[in-house]
Amino acid sequence: MTFAYNRPPNIPEALALMTASPGTFPVLAGGTDLIVQWRSGIIKLDGVIDISELAQLRGISVTDEGVEIGALATHAEIAANGVVAQRFPSLATACLSIGGPQIQNRGTIGGNVMNASPAGDTLPVLLAHDADFLAQDLTGERWIPAREFFVGYRKTALKPQELLTRIRIRMPDTKERGSFLKVGARRAQAISKVSLCVRGRIRHGGVDWIKIAVGSVAPTPIRAPGTEALLTGKVITDSMIELARNSLADEVFPIDDIRSTADYRRFAAGGLLARYLREMTSRA
Amino acid sequence: MQTVIKRLKINDVEREIDATPEMRLLDLLRSQLKLTGTKEGCGEGECGACSMLLNGEVIDSCLMLVGQLKDGDEILTVEGLGDVDHLSPLQECFVHEGGAQCGICTPGMLMAAHALLRKNPRPTREEIATAISGNLCRCTGYVKIIDAIEKASQASKAGKVRKGKG
Repeated sequence: MTFAYNRPPNIPEALALMTASPGTFPVLAGGTDLIVQWRSGIIKLDGVIDISELAQLRGISVTDEGVEIGALATHAEIAANGVVAQRFPSLATACLSIGGPQIQNRGTIGGNVMNASPAGDTLPVLLAHDADFLAQDLTGERWIPAREFFVGYRKTALKPQELLTRIRIRMPDTKERGSFLKVGARRAQAISKVSLCVRGRIRHGGVDWIKIAVGSVAPTPIRAPGTEALLTGKVITDSMIELARNSLADEVFPIDDIRSTADYRRFAAGGLLARYLREMTSRA
Repeated sequence: MQTVIKRLKINDVEREIDATPEMRLLDLLRSQLKLTGTKEGCGEGECGACSMLLNGEVIDSCLMLVGQLKDGDEILTVEGLGDVDHLSPLQECFVHEGGAQCGICTPGMLMAAHALLRKNPRPTREEIATAISGNLCRCTGYVKIIDAIEKASQASKAGKVRKGKG
């Protein structure tokens, strides 16, 4: 059978293809996940919908409210964007922790999101920032909040005929401190054992607010509302850091797999949070 | 079999290729165009042996399909840097610094280094290490590769290593 290589020239044609046979042909963006899954036999491919011609899905635009990132923006483009580097350093750090330069030059944020791996490096960052995802189909478009987006292991809230077009992230508080921390076997070319994005406003050692998102510790990237609530309004002392570390370890539900063990992941997730909290207090 | 025609610039030469869109760029180069300098290591974007430049950016050619190319795309492979009789300064430095042992990673390392030096002719050792972080080498321990790239950056009077022909 001939491989159905579809390369629609515009969004309506892409959506028409997706509507005509929903879910039959996966969307191909950078290909750094899809081609690996295909070649290694994890998925069978009879064809693709290659969206690389869709120029409207490229680019990063900055408004007073925040940034809007096109689904086809590459990790390298995002990390090199001045506003991202300055206002969303944790996103830039996450993009630069994906694979190596070769992957960062081809892989896209939309692909990272739609692959929806619990280990996707940008996902905890998008969750911690309460990003919104714009989905479009032939009938219109809708914004989906990050917390409702990752619905199961490698499953998103998008319908098979919907295309992810943009991601919107609100401008962070100028006084907040954010961090993306990852534990992998090595610095480059490593899928995370655990990753963490934390943002918070810490004043005189006290926590005004804090948002914590964790990757590789559950079927989807998750927020840690229990640990966020525990820390909010508290002064960060050594004993508080221990409580927060244990709270996060209890709140995640990782598995043993080829990259790590559930026990280690629980321990490391707590350790990454403790590292952030210690850094915040030594700075304050 | 459905094929696509693309007009590309490969190592500074305009070429029209005719191939199936689901063929990997790596296979197009090695099997169809007989440019076998580019190696296949893992075939899944881990090792960087198949690295080449697409419009000046280093990519893994095992993770790109012919269908994803556009007319006018510029591809640079290790054959475009130099040949045995006319090594580029970067290649010379790999030879003199012992930056190549078994050789399977070397074409990819050269391309990652070339991409770096085009943009940043005077990189620090840390920047060199980051630039080759997508390329695995199991022989050298990387030190001599980094030495070679550093030497090349010092030897080149901005531009010498930067152009395709080196």
